[in-house]
Amino acid sequence: MDSIITETAVSEIVWTQVGSIDDIPVLGSRVVRTPGGDIALFRTAADEVFALEDACPHKRGPLSQGIVHGRRVTCPLHNWVIELATGEAVAPDEGRTGHVPVRVEGRSVSLALGEAKLSRGGCRKACGHV
Amino acid sequence: MDMHLSSNNGPVVELNEAELRNAGPAKERLVVVGNGMAGMKTVEELLAKAPGRYDITVFGAEPHPNYNRIMLSPVLAGEKTFDQIVLNSREWYDANGITLLTGEPVEGIDREGKTVVSQSGRVVPYDRLLIATGSMPFIIPVPGSTLPGVIGFRDLADVDAMLAAAAKGGRAVVIGGGLLGLEAANGLRVKGMEVTVVHLMPTLMERQLDPSAGMLLQRELERRGIEVLTGADTAEIVGDEWVSAVRLRDGRELPADIVVMAVGIRPNMALGKAAGLECGRGIRVDDQMRTSDPSIYAVGECVEHRGVTWGLVAPLFEMAKVLAHDLAGGEGAAYTGSVTSTKLKVTGVDVFSAGDFSGGEGTEDIVFRDAARGVYKRLVLKDGKLLGAVLYGDTKDGAWYFSLLKDGADVSAERDTMIFGQGFGGADAGDPNAAIAALPDSAEICGCNGVCKGTIVKAITEKGLTSLDEVKAHTKASASCGGCSGTVERLLAVTLGDGFTAAPKVKPMCKCTHHTHDAVRAAIVDRGLKTMADVFQAMEWTTPDGCASCRPALNYYLLCAWPGEYKDDYQSRYINERAHANIQKDGTYSVVPRMWGGLTNAAELRAIADVVDKFNIPTVKVTGGQRIDLFGVKKEDLPAVWADLNAAGMVSGHAYAKGLRTVKTCVGSEWCRFGTQDSTGLGVKLERMTWGTWTPHKVKLAVSGCPRNCAEATIKDLGVVCIDSGYELHVGGNGGLHVRACDLLVRVATEEEVLEYTGAFMQLYREEARYLERTAPWVERVGLDHIKAALVDDPERRRALNARFLFSQTFSQDDPWAERAAKGVDRHEFNLLAEVG
Repeated sequence: MDSIITETAVSEIVWTQVGSIDDIPVLGSRVVRTPGGDIALFRTAADEVFALEDACPHKRGPLSQGIVHGRRVTCPLHNWVIELATGEAVAPDEGRTGHVPVRVEGRSVSLALGEAKLSRGGCRKACGHV
Repeated sequence: MDMHLSSNNGPVVELNEAELRNAGPAKERLVVVGNGMAGMKTVEELLAKAPGRYDITVFGAEPHPNYNRIMLSPVLAGEKTFDQIVLNSREWYDANGITLLTGEPVEGIDREGKTVVSQSGRVVPYDRLLIATGSMPFIIPVPGSTLPGVIGFRDLADVDAMLAAAAKGGRAVVIGGGLLGLEAANGLRVKGMEVTVVHLMPTLMERQLDPSAGMLLQRELERRGIEVLTGADTAEIVGDEWVSAVRLRDGRELPADIVVMAVGIRPNMALGKAAGLECGRGIRVDDQMRTSDPSIYAVGECVEHRGVTWGLVAPLFEMAKVLAHDLAGGEGAAYTGSVTSTKLKVTGVDVFSAGDFSGGEGTEDIVFRDAARGVYKRLVLKDGKLLGAVLYGDTKDGAWYFSLLKDGADVSAERDTMIFGQGFGGADAGDPNAAIAALPDSAEICGCNGVCKGTIVKAITEKGLTSLDEVKAHTKASASCGGCSGTVERLLAVTLGDGFTAAPKVKPMCKCTHHTHDAVRAAIVDRGLKTMADVFQAMEWTTPDGCASCRPALNYYLLCAWPGEYKDDYQSRYINERAHANIQKDGTYSVVPRMWGGLTNAAELRAIADVVDKFNIPTVKVTGGQRIDLFGVKKEDLPAVWADLNAAGMVSGHAYAKGLRTVKTCVGSEWCRFGTQDSTGLGVKLERMTWGTWTPHKVKLAVSGCPRNCAEATIKDLGVVCIDSGYELHVGGNGGLHVRACDLLVRVATEEEVLEYTGAFMQLYREEARYLERTAPWVERVGLDHIKAALVDDPERRRALNARFLFSQTFSQDDPWAERAAKGVDRHEFNLLAEVG
């Protein structure tokens, strides 16, 4: 969470309310559709909420459909494991998907869509994945 | 006696002589509003640093001397009396020359005139004022929250009210499963009430405990007869002149003779706010506990410091120390926030937590579970430092962990053994073998069987044992849960030196455990483990909530072991089994309706065609299992697609499931000139019997009407080949990466026998194969003789297996599509949370 908090402290941030934490199943995910693409919101067992671009850095599989465990999600297509807080793929895989700062106030969940660090993914391996 | 007390033209006040006893003209006057723990700690510290410096007056709203508020729980539980929790008696106030005015809430502050006025109209001037008004219970604003019988848990009056209610017996509902709520619940239960805890969050004390520890705590409280409802949202408190029930958002109504509201506290800042002091969530103070008025300080739960409010005693005391230093004329002290730890004060339940244990990037978890002793410990480390700790069942090292955490000590050297506690290891703490060597002979190694180090070492040396298995056989150490097998191996290494080579490791289920699939399954059945949390604890999982590999497996094992009893864990299922369709590479889904035995008709085909048109389904393909697959369906369309297919009488084909997929048939004797039996009809019967079952991996059946085998029955998990004299049953085949032709299991004469063998074979596979192991590798692993022994040679066992299969089927044959299309099950799975922009 630290990295996200640092980012949000920078300047005027527009928060968009997207729903209640209770709408996201524990160890589950829901999707917010935006003009910039789908954002997947995840809820951990400890009731933290994270938001990632809904696309695995490997082959853009929808991470919202994966299994959430600890602070990670496993992509449903090829089992890449992605860190919810950063969007980084867990080694040995390499890659990073975009993440969006999340704010939870009471039960209400908001996204700072303007602060999103979206990436067009892409595997950094030499194998030519896009 | 009238006296002019104010040096700055303040109002004339009347005080009696006793109250002015210590009022020398040179002394500054300190007025403390609040006779609680924070205010009085400040006064105590101040008296120690600068005795006699101030003329002190203390106002208390409660009619008691200062008492230890955090010990109210033991008073409620009857473990302590009020006198035992009094911190400072009235004599102490007298002896220190402090004027104590109890039962006198302060109503206002005149900052201009520098006086306070109490409820009874008493006006007292100050040079410095300290506000320590604490906090109030937060009462959730639901209808009925002001009814008599709704009690907070804050002061002695609340405890008295609870004790009076408990004396009459009856039912108590405690709203809030945090520290205070659970202590109240325990106290009321001890006093003989029927107690239900209503908690909004999924696990108890979620701010202090991780879900694993929260679950253990819930189990323990339930064992004590306290009912715990998590995920329960209070909608209303019901009653006319007194509470009678609590109604939850989901409609459940819980009868109640009293309701204890313990959902949290809010700073009591009314006095500061009315006086125009800067306030946020509490009265704002700087690092010297000064408010926006330089002559007014605030301390304790009523303050907001650096945006944070505090509700635990340790930070209050730290604030008090800083403030006392300042009031005593010292400089340089500053309160900069606290690292806190908590302990639940419920006798016999040891819970401790400190710091940040939410995990996250760059952190690592050390998890220790001792199932036999009911111990769970989790340490969270980052960059060689301890970041957080959660202890359940054994909290004796809490203080040690807390000091490491507060000091930010580098714990890299102790990392490998610190989970065992402070006494473990010593100078060579970094070397686990040295730590084992340093243990006394009386140290218990195997908690399950109570085997000490000395016993094991003696067995190793006297009996010449050289392997873990031998130690197991001779001493029973690590023979039960196996949790200590690593320790026993180290003991072997330490005792034998170079003479020991570790046994080849068996492959554990996943990185979360050192146990194999088979060991976990056996434990689930033998030890009656009925939830995933039970398995995590009993089998000493090293992660808080498993991973994407073990969770689906455990979900299956539990479902198989406890049909009708285990509640399927939705979030532990792979997406295809959650969405009841197959995810494709572009994130769309494919939909396959069931065609019993490969049969269809005009109405079904017409309905499929209509669905294809209506939802613009791009690809329609006939599958290898004799069905029709609709590709490219958008997830949000799935329930509507299913509704239309349901309307034409079709149900889910489970093409996505680790379960029964298809029963492929040829037309058989009904049409074919070679057909020997009604293979299509038998295929339909088999599919009707087996559909909906969950299995370790997918299962495909087939029935061929003659040995020409047009249905390719001999490369199926179970294939029936019809012959003139009856039926051949073949098992353990599959196509795919490694094609395997079936083995012939048995020849039978009747359809009834085919069905019984099929049910028995399915159940044997369900109970014995590992998750994601298809029948082909399973049959190769255990051998055909093993299968024959269970099904062919032992008719009794065959019938019992079939009966268990049919029993489990009574819970699994609901069409998941109809539940979602018509009944709205799992609606969230198919809807967006929101659409923005």
